[in-house]
Amino acid sequence: MSAPYAKLPGWVDYGVIPVVNLIVAFLVAGLVVLLVGESPIRAAALLFEGAFGYGEGIGFTLYYATNFIFTGLAVAVAFHCGLFNIGGEGQAYVAGLGVAVPCLWLDSSMPWYVVFVVVIFGSSLMGALWALIPGWLQAKRGSHVVITTIMFNFIASSLMVYLLVDVLKPRGSMSPETRTFVEGGQLPKLDWLFGPLGIDIGGSPLNLSFLLALVVSFIVWLIVWRTQFGYQIRTMGFSPSAARYAGMKEARIVVLTMMMSGALAGMMAINPIMGEQHRMQLDFVGGAGFVGIAVALMGRSHPVGIIPAAILFGMLYQGGAEISFEMPQISRDMIVIIQGLVILFAGAMEHMFRPAITRFFTYLGGGRKPQPAAATE
Amino acid sequence: MSDIAIELKGIDKSFGPVHANRDINLEVRKGTIHGIIGENGAGKSTLMSILYGFYQADRGDILVDGKKTGITGPSVAIARGIGMVHQHFMLVENFTVLENIMLGAEEGQILNAGITRARAELKRLEEEYALEVDPDAIIEELPVGLQQRVEILKALYRGADILILDEPTGVLTPAEADHLFRILAQLKEQGKTIILITHKLREIMAITDEVSVMRRGEMVATRKTAETSVEELAELMVGRRVLLGVEKGKANPGEVMLSVRNLTVRDSRGVPMVKDVSLDVRAGEIVGIAGVAGNGQSELLQAIAGIRRAEKGEVALSGSPVEVTGEADPNELRHRGLAHVPEDRHHMGLVLKFEEAENSILGYHDDPHYLKSLFLDIEAIRADASQKAERYDIRPRDVRLKTANFSGGNQQKIVLAREMERDPSVIIIGQPTRGVDVGAIEFIHKRIIEMRDAGKAILLVSVELDEIRALSDRVLVMFDGRVVGERSPETSEGELGLLMAGVTDREAAE
Repeated sequence: MSAPYAKLPGWVDYGVIPVVNLIVAFLVAGLVVLLVGESPIRAAALLFEGAFGYGEGIGFTLYYATNFIFTGLAVAVAFHCGLFNIGGEGQAYVAGLGVAVPCLWLDSSMPWYVVFVVVIFGSSLMGALWALIPGWLQAKRGSHVVITTIMFNFIASSLMVYLLVDVLKPRGSMSPETRTFVEGGQLPKLDWLFGPLGIDIGGSPLNLSFLLALVVSFIVWLIVWRTQFGYQIRTMGFSPSAARYAGMKEARIVVLTMMMSGALAGMMAINPIMGEQHRMQLDFVGGAGFVGIAVALMGRSHPVGIIPAAILFGMLYQGGAEISFEMPQISRDMIVIIQGLVILFAGAMEHMFRPAITRFFTYLGGGRKPQPAAATE
Repeated sequence: MSDIAIELKGIDKSFGPVHANRDINLEVRKGTIHGIIGENGAGKSTLMSILYGFYQADRGDILVDGKKTGITGPSVAIARGIGMVHQHFMLVENFTVLENIMLGAEEGQILNAGITRARAELKRLEEEYALEVDPDAIIEELPVGLQQRVEILKALYRGADILILDEPTGVLTPAEADHLFRILAQLKEQGKTIILITHKLREIMAITDEVSVMRRGEMVATRKTAETSVEELAELMVGRRVLLGVEKGKANPGEVMLSVRNLTVRDSRGVPMVKDVSLDVRAGEIVGIAGVAGNGQSELLQAIAGIRRAEKGEVALSGSPVEVTGEADPNELRHRGLAHVPEDRHHMGLVLKFEEAENSILGYHDDPHYLKSLFLDIEAIRADASQKAERYDIRPRDVRLKTANFSGGNQQKIVLAREMERDPSVIIIGQPTRGVDVGAIEFIHKRIIEMRDAGKAILLVSVELDEIRALSDRVLVMFDGRVVGERSPETSEGELGLLMAGVTDREAAE
């Protein structure tokens, strides 16, 4: 028996259903706010106001979104190959070296745009190398990437603590971080871009990495949907047996996809290190690698979905900070609950409302002839 | 008491916009064998699933023994005396026959009393219906024919008076199928009512009393079997006249294009599936491999196509050797003129979630014709796919439609178009018409014959003996991994059937 899901128009599939899921997630989150004894309406107002109500808020929202675009793309590319890379966190962390080391080396001798190019290569290379080992183990040894990438997150964490405490920390400093980069290691902010639009991003750290994220999204789309390699990735993801039938080199595709995924996660490190702090700190990734999983799920693993999903999570981060500031009963953990609900409804239970929505649209388009081709066997 | 065992009145069922059953009326007389026939996707299985309680009808009534009955689940169906033998057996493979029969009817936490009762009851059933089977045999060690018998016993054990059999002969040898029909005839004599779902016209003619034909979700006709003919039923199924036989001229075999020598292949568990097989296929001939599914045909095809590593043996394509025991490369074989229509189009031949156009380049995605510098030339790929759709009459004509939304026949045409339009010299084809509707079968058979007449060497594997006999110029029979005999396609079905069942070459000929 084929699944009783009928085909829906694209805009319903990719537009209406995610929005319905999201609304339900927020309604349930509102109930939680109510339980804590606060007004969900005021919380919602604070959330939107904090994220989009003023220039600096928008700046912060997009700054967080930049991180999530990179990590979301990383997870999505691996998804297309049927791989679940949950090591974005570790890959981005290690890729911090690919950002910090060139900055420390070149910041006083080179202009920022030269360092930027080096850093793009450096971060993606480090991320790719950190994902190469789990990818290779999966392809050649059958060790599941879910397990190996999680373990590599821990290894990355320990490695970076060691490097930041014992190697990269300037002599005499008490905090585990590199020295602050001078001009050559600082990316320009985007006030020149948003200023003319009437948005004053103020003190927010929104920087050039945001544009890099948009360009990379387009490149990911090109690679996955418009190249032979992308075709092979998607064939592998949908049907490994069809890939074998077609004579594709499975092991090679798995390794290369994991490297591409790692490279994307790695580029995330540019944003906080070269864009905001101008130094590498302990735990600068801050969970963005995991949020990327939710972003990829919500964005249906397509750049066009990932960008809005990343902005949504950016909004939750930024607006959530405002809520916890204004409503002391609601801690930052509340935001984690909302995120969890979004993941639950948009990811794990994304088909929950599909039958009802399908029935509704069938009812609307009642005159249309059913397709006998899709009838059950 | 009426003499109608089951009556369906105005059954209607939709899945979203798909109207699987519309206003179905059906009467099944007590103590008869009632056939339900129709193409794949005609709605037969949906209708039976409604009767057995898997689905609820949107509208309509089910009357069992003249009483309106709401069948809300299989357990209700069983309580009303309806039993079902599924196409894919619902047996626990590592349980014994007895354990499987008791499953779900254990009568309490302590099994001992239940086992004793079940054993006695099973013995009575076996005697009453002459359905012999060892109650302590492990299911996975039994041949499929016996496994099916266990399914039937399971239904009888639960007190079924009405038995539904869904495509029961798909996995059986002709001899096993004959045996099944004898069992069904006997059950009928004992007063049971049997509903037989099939797409094989011959079976309908051989065993049923009445036959109902479904087409596109509708019940188009009910006939007394004695008063109808194969031609009429085929026409009712498809909605137009169908040529049942395949017309073909004499073959003109040329040079040997594909030669296989002493090929041995193991499956993933290490069990040898192909044992020391040698065969030749010449240009301009079709060599058919007959055999019951699971006797090594799949592994043979996969090894030749470079998908599965062979343990030993040699394969030569157009006279030059092919790597089959090491790292074989299906891609290289394609470039050397080997086309492969795989047995399992859902998992190998197609990526169901791809658009048709994307599937039309599977395996040929490195062809420079589809590339524009670094990128895929989407325009060229779609144009190429629409041309193929035109030539192979693939419907609907929308190369951007997801492949899963095409019917089985049209999916198969997508694969055939991709593989045959490349002008290969050797074509290996597995199950060309499995799950394909009658109209498309005719088309596919014609294409295969055309390819032969164009001088291609064709190796054909099918579990449909009729198909093998209709298309092949030579028939090889595989049993237990070996080629056990070669026959001409005119050889009687009985003789081929014996070979397929493992009777030795000489005995079969006698």
